Amino acid sequence: MTDPLLKIENLRIELKLRSGPIPVIDDLSLELNAGETLSFVGESGCGKSMTALAIMGLLPEKVGSIGGGRILFQGNDMARMNPAELRAIRGNEISMIFQEPMTSLNPVYTVGEQIAEVLRRHKGMGQADAWKRATELMDAVRIPNAKARVGDYPHQMSGGQRQRVMIAIALACAPKILIADEPTTALDVTVQAQIFDLLRDLGRDTGTATILITHDMGAVAEMADRMVVMYAGRKAEEGPVEPVISHPRHPYTKGLISCVPHLLAELTEERPDLTEVPGIVPSLGSFGADACLFASRCYMADAQCRNARPPEVAFGPQTSACWKADIV
Amino acid sequence: MALLMTILQRLAYAALLLIAVLVLNFSMMNLAPGDVADTIAASMGGADAEVMAQIRAEYGLDQPFLVQLANYIGRVLTFDLGYSYFYNQPVTKLIFERLPATLLLVITAQLLALIVGVLLGVFSARHPNGIANYFVTLLALFGYAAPVFWTGILLLIAFSLKIPLFPVGGMIDVTVEDNFFAKAVDIAHHMVLPVITLGSIFLALYSRLCRASMLEVLGSDYIRTAKAKGLTQREITLKHALKNALPPVVTLAGLQFSAVISGAVLVETVFSWPGLGQLALTSILARDTPTILGILFFSALVVVVGNLLTDMVLRAIDPRVRGRA
Repeated sequence: MTDPLLKIENLRIELKLRSGPIPVIDDLSLELNAGETLSFVGESGCGKSMTALAIMGLLPEKVGSIGGGRILFQGNDMARMNPAELRAIRGNEISMIFQEPMTSLNPVYTVGEQIAEVLRRHKGMGQADAWKRATELMDAVRIPNAKARVGDYPHQMSGGQRQRVMIAIALACAPKILIADEPTTALDVTVQAQIFDLLRDLGRDTGTATILITHDMGAVAEMADRMVVMYAGRKAEEGPVEPVISHPRHPYTKGLISCVPHLLAELTEERPDLTEVPGIVPSLGSFGADACLFASRCYMADAQCRNARPPEVAFGPQTSACWKADIV
Repeated sequence: MALLMTILQRLAYAALLLIAVLVLNFSMMNLAPGDVADTIAASMGGADAEVMAQIRAEYGLDQPFLVQLANYIGRVLTFDLGYSYFYNQPVTKLIFERLPATLLLVITAQLLALIVGVLLGVFSARHPNGIANYFVTLLALFGYAAPVFWTGILLLIAFSLKIPLFPVGGMIDVTVEDNFFAKAVDIAHHMVLPVITLGSIFLALYSRLCRASMLEVLGSDYIRTAKAKGLTQREITLKHALKNALPPVVTLAGLQFSAVISGAVLVETVFSWPGLGQLALTSILARDTPTILGILFFSALVVVVGNLLTDMVLRAIDPRVRGRA
């Protein structure tokens, strides 16, 4: 077995509050293998984006910081790299596309320049070469008439086209890892499918491993090889997509899946109906508690759940952090 | 092509605007009590009604208002701003004698304030808890609060009287050698204190605004994208952030430039700088209507040209402005 491309060990990310540091990511471990697609799933505020930003070394300086653990990229701990080492990786070997295509591009530079810039930075290309390659990349992300549009400014493009440009920037240096943070949330449904197709095809062509952050279970089922379900800064469940969706081992995963109507249609005979996960995510202040944080919303919770943090239990390739994982 | 069309269109608007300014200025001067006949009479130690009427007839002041207005606009359109009763010179000649001194002072102060202000703003936005940040805040407070004549007098006392580094006033020494280099050095020497005085207000405005604008831009999504690309902090600040932070500063600088002549009056008076501001002051005291109207017209011209330039700079910075005509 070869080493994983990216290995996160016991990662802890802390938010600095006036009352002291509070963990928003607590004891998170996961692995990403070359070429695979791993999906992070969970509600807003569960720490999906925080984890992604930590991998990029882009945690907002004065707010969050890595409080413990390691982020091993090809065996080197990114949490301990100096800024110059991180810059050499960012945009080159690990790149990221964001949720908001409308605001993620700089309004005062042409899209061609914004693609070419990253090639000049990491690949040492000259002006002319970088521009030529930028045009080719625009073509690769299926922007029609790329030659004419490479000189356009972001405001002259639609949301979907801007997200394609972001993908072109992210894939320009053929990175080993692409982090896509809810890449289609801000887009029309019809465009969403196109962007997912594009990501899947390009990822396959370049052998790029993808971390897909989303709350769209349909996208997970279609795109991902494995998935990590996160709740309140902790990993609830992890495993290959097929067994996790067909037989979730954590009540939260079960709830999330039940919220998707078309998945429910196939599974109603064996599963009780749940169209929402009742209750709300606990407040940040309680994230460090020695308890199952999902207990307040869980129909199975008992005293043990409220008084001790459940360990991760393996079921074949699946793991679940639930005291009752065997009877879920 | 589109650029040329826009410029031509703007120039046409500007011409109409200037004519409107002429009408307004002339009407307001006419509403004010007293005219040059009164001043001349006063300087002669009094005159009877017949002499007054004679003076008024001589200057065309006995004509109906609308005729006077039409005559005035007609003359201005041929670049004749009239004749100064007080200085006994054509107003155009008077203004063109004074204009270079004022422009030299104001443009130098503006450019210095703009460059230093933007640098300070950028620096303090990058280090929000550093010394520079407190310096900018303090400077802004001082620049807003201290009246220019007070700053000017203080500087004069400190650096002309107590420590005689700079001349007390004027623009050039009469004793200076008659070659270009020696003159330039002498003028620059005379300019130091007035430029600092005038520039301090602008500096306060620009550094504060640039800081606020930079702080906003640095928090935006495309800066996060730039970081994700692996760019250095310097590239991010100077290439990606600054260009987006500049438009508000440029806009304000354009507006301030329009206010130069009024702003320069006080500084020019404190430092006996032979510019338009001084001319404006003396001609108002002397009720020298043609000169006042001429200076007002020139101020309007500066405002219009300044706005046009501002728009052109904004177009160059921000492509989104180019879309709109």
